[in-house]
Amino acid sequence: MSSTQARLEADQLNVSIGSATILNNVSMQAMPGEMVGLIGPNGAGKSTLLSLLAGLNQPDSGSVSLDGADITSIDASSRARSIGWLAQMGEIHWPLSVHRLVSLGRYPHLSAWQKLNSDDERAIEHALQLTDSTHLADRDATTLSGGERARVLMARILAAKPSLLLADEPVSSLDLGHQIQTMDMLRKFATETQACIVVLHDLSLACRYCDRLYLMDKGRVRAHGNAATVLSKENIRDVYGVEVIAGYDTVPWIVPHKLAANLSD
Amino acid sequence: MRSDRRLTLLLILLVTALAVTSLIYGSESISVLSALSDQFNNPNSTNAVILREIRLPRMIMAAVIGASLGLCGAVMQGLLRNPLASPGLIGSSSGAALGAVSVLYFTTGIGYTQWVPVAGMSGSLIATVLVYLLAGRSAGITTLILAGVAVNALSTACLSLLLNLAPSPYAVQELLLWTLGDLTDRSLKDLWLLLPCTFLGWALLIGVGQQLNTLTLGESTAQSMGIKLNWLRWRVFIAVSLAVGAAVSVAGMIGFIGLVVPHLLRPLVNHEPARLLPVSALGGAAVLLAADIGVRLIPTEQHLKVGVLTALVGAPFFFYLIVNSRHKYNG
Repeated sequence: MSSTQARLEADQLNVSIGSATILNNVSMQAMPGEMVGLIGPNGAGKSTLLSLLAGLNQPDSGSVSLDGADITSIDASSRARSIGWLAQMGEIHWPLSVHRLVSLGRYPHLSAWQKLNSDDERAIEHALQLTDSTHLADRDATTLSGGERARVLMARILAAKPSLLLADEPVSSLDLGHQIQTMDMLRKFATETQACIVVLHDLSLACRYCDRLYLMDKGRVRAHGNAATVLSKENIRDVYGVEVIAGYDTVPWIVPHKLAANLSD
Repeated sequence: MRSDRRLTLLLILLVTALAVTSLIYGSESISVLSALSDQFNNPNSTNAVILREIRLPRMIMAAVIGASLGLCGAVMQGLLRNPLASPGLIGSSSGAALGAVSVLYFTTGIGYTQWVPVAGMSGSLIATVLVYLLAGRSAGITTLILAGVAVNALSTACLSLLLNLAPSPYAVQELLLWTLGDLTDRSLKDLWLLLPCTFLGWALLIGVGQQLNTLTLGESTAQSMGIKLNWLRWRVFIAVSLAVGAAVSVAGMIGFIGLVVPHLLRPLVNHEPARLLPVSALGGAAVLLAADIGVRLIPTEQHLKVGVLTALVGAPFFFYLIVNSRHKYNG
């Protein structure tokens, strides 16, 4: 039975700010080894949902549980060791070296005065390799290009070796090669008995890499399940207001074609 | 990390040298060696008394207050992730100044009383409580800064009111000069207020370095890494309120050390907030010791206040730092 327990489960989450409803009865789960995609237009509530899943904010009602335990009952530092959360707009405030920045990922594993040991160094080196950033190690992190920056911030998460990864638009600033590299990496991460929840805007990547998708719109889950059922042309038209063309050529692809008729009027 | 050790050692040597110099130079020329031996042979000789009750407390005060200002500046800049943040931002300095000046106002003419630093310390803590009440328990950093600005404005207004209502020009001068920042004529008793509050403040800051490091990645990411942001903020605020409040309570407002020293040392520790803390404390101690020696050596008609000197030297230096690094800090 324990093998079917969800790694992360959200139950009937509600969030509103003032009179605006941000999340409306959202429930979802990610099973062990699963890569779950959150998709939907801007303002659908994807980032809010992800931050609740990371335990960063409290819902007005509803609950989030990690391996069966309520996330609010988990101590902040052990939660930080389990869950890696990649912010949508990663900030870097001081011109630290890339190596030092990535090594901050080890913080949840260190006690107050502990120095980095060889295990930590190995995790950092490995994370830099996985993200193709080893050559950046000595660079000033504030002078990186957008794509380099995204990879380095991803390396910070990987250095922490979380057992669950929540990534908010991890590929939106990356070039084509690094998009595929990052998605391959997340896929591999998820398969190795971990789980990964990722917010994506690229529907082709979403249907190619994710085991299941949650399509969100205006704070609700409009559809969920495997890519073929969620990403029907009707669903995409309803939620995004866009007509798409789609097909299959080695991998599935979906390309936005034009605004749906009722929107372009 | 090895380069930090060298820098730390260098700063310790500098502080030691300045501390010794501070004991040697003064308005009375005394022989430090004979004053030292007098401590045992002839403890009531003029030399012994000057060294023990005037020079030594003044040197300790300069070192401790300078260290507090440097350390608190570095902590505030780390917490707010802003190189222009200063320890005075959260209202404790102006609160302390108001408290101290209020007592001076009501006791003017009687001379310096022991209640001045006590009132200053109370003022600092009241200002911090006021910021807490204004901002609320789980306020964001912007709300906290705004609350600090508001409390600063209120303290400054009350200070102006006291100056305005002061009974005589002599009283105005006394109040005004007190706020300028000065280490002369302080007694051992002032140390008994300064040291416990300061050390309590410093103790609260033990271990915050790593947390400030994670804040480099932004508040949300730091939280996701297990930082309890509210705790961290209030811990820092209370620590600054104690250490800087105590400093202002006994010495008045000494500006720019908290701003310039961390800024100057930051590149030498690879911009890492945690590593900046100890060196900023040492750097602050060195700067205030040097400035306090400076005011004794610079011949002026009126006695030059140390706070005036740090501001005079600090401000243009700060211009230079801003111009020099403006391309770096676009956030």
